[in-house]
Amino acid sequence: MANQALSTEPLEIAARLLEMAEAAGVDQADAVAASSTNASTTVRKQQIEKVSESTSRSVGLRVILDGRQATVSTSDISDTALAETVQTALELARVSEPDPFAGLADPREQARNVPQMGLFDEQIPEVDGDHRLAQAMSCELSALDADERIVNSGGATFSTNVSSFALVDSNGFAGTYADTGASMWVEVMAQEEDGQLRNAGWSTSERSLHRLDSPEDVGREAAARTLRQLGATKASTCEVPVVWEPRMASGLAGIVAGAANGEALYRRATFLANREQTDVASPLLTIVDDSTMSNRLGSRPFDGEGVVTRRNALIQQGVFQGFLFDSYNARRLDASSTGSAWRSVGGLPQIGSGNLAIESGDTPPEQIIAEVEDGLYLTTLMGFGINYTTGDFSRGAAGIWIRNGELAEPVQEINVSANLLEMFQRVDAVGSDAQWFGASSAPTVRMSRMTVSGV
Amino acid sequence: MSDTPADVIGFYANQLGVDEAAAESVLDSALGRGGSFAELYFEHKRSGSLSFEDQQVKSTQASLSQGVGIRVVEGDAIGYAYTEDLSLDAMRRAAATAAQIAHGTSDSDPVDVTAESYPADRYAIASPSTSTPLADKVELLRRADDAARAWNSSITRVDASMVDEEKRVLIVRSDGRLVADYQPLLRFNVSCLSELDGERRNARWGGGGRMGMAYFDEHSPESLAEEAARQAVLQQEAREAPAGTFPVVLAAGDSGILLHEAVGHGLEADFNRKETSNYSNRIGQPVASDLVTVIDDATLNLSRGSVNIDDEGEVAGHNLLIENGQLAAYMQDRISSDHFGVAPSGNGRRQSFRHAPMPRMTNTYMTAGEDEPEDLIRRVDFGIYCKAFSGGQVNITNGDFVFSVTEGYLIESGQVTAPIRDVNLIGNGPDVLSKVTGVGHDLEMSDGRWTCGKSGQSVPVGVGIPTVLVSGITVGGTQMQPGAGMS
Repeated sequence: MANQALSTEPLEIAARLLEMAEAAGVDQADAVAASSTNASTTVRKQQIEKVSESTSRSVGLRVILDGRQATVSTSDISDTALAETVQTALELARVSEPDPFAGLADPREQARNVPQMGLFDEQIPEVDGDHRLAQAMSCELSALDADERIVNSGGATFSTNVSSFALVDSNGFAGTYADTGASMWVEVMAQEEDGQLRNAGWSTSERSLHRLDSPEDVGREAAARTLRQLGATKASTCEVPVVWEPRMASGLAGIVAGAANGEALYRRATFLANREQTDVASPLLTIVDDSTMSNRLGSRPFDGEGVVTRRNALIQQGVFQGFLFDSYNARRLDASSTGSAWRSVGGLPQIGSGNLAIESGDTPPEQIIAEVEDGLYLTTLMGFGINYTTGDFSRGAAGIWIRNGELAEPVQEINVSANLLEMFQRVDAVGSDAQWFGASSAPTVRMSRMTVSGV
Repeated sequence: MSDTPADVIGFYANQLGVDEAAAESVLDSALGRGGSFAELYFEHKRSGSLSFEDQQVKSTQASLSQGVGIRVVEGDAIGYAYTEDLSLDAMRRAAATAAQIAHGTSDSDPVDVTAESYPADRYAIASPSTSTPLADKVELLRRADDAARAWNSSITRVDASMVDEEKRVLIVRSDGRLVADYQPLLRFNVSCLSELDGERRNARWGGGGRMGMAYFDEHSPESLAEEAARQAVLQQEAREAPAGTFPVVLAAGDSGILLHEAVGHGLEADFNRKETSNYSNRIGQPVASDLVTVIDDATLNLSRGSVNIDDEGEVAGHNLLIENGQLAAYMQDRISSDHFGVAPSGNGRRQSFRHAPMPRMTNTYMTAGEDEPEDLIRRVDFGIYCKAFSGGQVNITNGDFVFSVTEGYLIESGQVTAPIRDVNLIGNGPDVLSKVTGVGHDLEMSDGRWTCGKSGQSVPVGVGIPTVLVSGITVGGTQMQPGAGMS
């Protein structure tokens, strides 16, 4: 019942707002509404630290008048506020300038029905505070109990959310869907003999409860990752092979999706510009964006403009397949929408990705490490040192040094750098061990050479 | 004119029906299960944005966000709930949700609140940009666009935008305190692309503060745009940055991001209360070179990080964090100041009514020293000189921090020479601060362009620093240096 109320209400609000805008005489308009109930419990050192639960709701309107567009949003959904929203949108549109490409999605590309994608776990609305507390407590306890050197905790959080999204447009599109999510996170600290602390965290995040890793596994992984950093020192500056553990490698897929953004192409702010259908990576590398996978966090039946979502190969055996588009940037560059528009209540559609996966290769991860005489096993990256225009990559890092094919001592306070195009070309092994982390999946990936800066 | 606190209180009572009686009733619900303290954070925010590309207005946006965040404290634990619906029923329901952190029954007298006055003068502005006609703002963007294109023929794209907001905040607490504030915020951004012989380089620049249109009296759109254009063109001739550990000279102003990451976050009292910071239990101990004095200061006139009151209703102030290298104090919020038995420092901040407050920085800077900035460069045989940055991050437990340089140069034999490509720097907080071997007399605050993220919450901040020489930081370039270690 609660589920049904949530799934229909945003559609009604959005439809009401669109109707008011149409009555005011706009040429084209769309309205989007979102609601979500988020609840979380955080414990630290086995005491409750924070319990929160709230339901949030907001609605946004885009109007297009003679090619001039404006967007307005409000969290006040009274009729007075909605009427004011329409008026503000009209005023803003009048001072905007005509853009021949502004417009709604092509109705022929929009979804006609909303397929079941396993996005809603009926159990999640039923989860109560006691369950969240119990999960967070056992997650943290398993990390704290893993080893006596674990001496402190940054806390453990278990959270659930139930959301619903609705989009209506003046071409007649009306769609809504509801989804759920649950996640668990913990961070603990271990102490060096000199008193210095090392820390690491681990998490699990899924659409449905039954797919979450167990609290015990999440806690044990956080503890293991913390303990393996004990005794970390700074490496020497060198050029060596770098092995990306699966979680780190999953970030590479996000970088490719960011560079394959059709708006970045329009702005010529991506190193992938003019490289469609060329070799941009090692033939071992295949990266896919797919919003249609069942029960995944990056899945949805239609995009932020109502366009049917789909599977988009980004890199197929090293060859760059093409850019991701919303309908606006597709019109500007004579391309087609790839169902990649994301729509927040407060803004214009933006291009983004769904589920991202680096496909597994056939090399066992142990072998990938065993083949390295001297190199870095990368477990942590820090900072934002990526220039998408040039492809320059330079980020803080920590990990484990590989000596003679074995994981040896931990290293930290180092930096890894190279140009992304070189990095993708230098992939010389892809593991058979792909794992999911939220909406991304990747196996172990090795690059034959990067610069490691240290002492 | 911007609103006075009394205007904001009147706005809530008259426009939104939130008066003292309503607040008292909600607070009574919040303490209905015996929590020791409750607080209501009302926020009414109007924001706008205007973006300009391809030499015309691309989009105009406006949004209204309003609601109340309700926090109930019981010991070290908090219950939190918010609602966008400011009807009494909805607010009392949210209060009852937050109240569940406590497990008893109400044993306190009904809450009796009183409006308290304080000097709200850190950004009392004559002309909020939110009431400026859009056509005037479009003109500023057009001037920026023209200036960037005129600056150099290789500038082929300019994207400019202006975002502003006015926030009316009302905080009502179960100890009877009721305070209000009007908080304006403006930011102007320019991004430029330089294309030369098929090579593309870009740069961004911008500024602003808790200011209205008067910002542009001191900072013309042309000067902001030309700075973005200059940096983009400069990158056309940039060399690969070196790899290894070298002396680094940080230019005055934006380099304050080093302090923000190297010590700022580590001195936020929540981490120290939990003893998860590498600065925990080190008050009174040396944590930096004795040349280093660091202050967090919410009182700077019109600055992006300034606040009259923090988001827990405390008057925000001028707080000495490190004095001549010795750790003096942490930045406190309510829970941590209770824990440490010290006065709140006015650093309890939050992103919005949807978020619980925690200790955050405001404007964080290093005080001026006595060195001539040019002398600091002359002291370096081989190193880098850093002027502009895109961001940073810190691990507060092990102290490692990074920041990304977007305008940097080699220093060779005491002279600034070739520009270098984007590069990340990594260091460890106390280690890097102990290696500060020179501090210029030229303290400068960054223009208002920084936003700080912590635990998923963003707040506007300021940073500042004089020219500083650090004897060694690890520079994450790709150019191996002769004699650099090979493994």
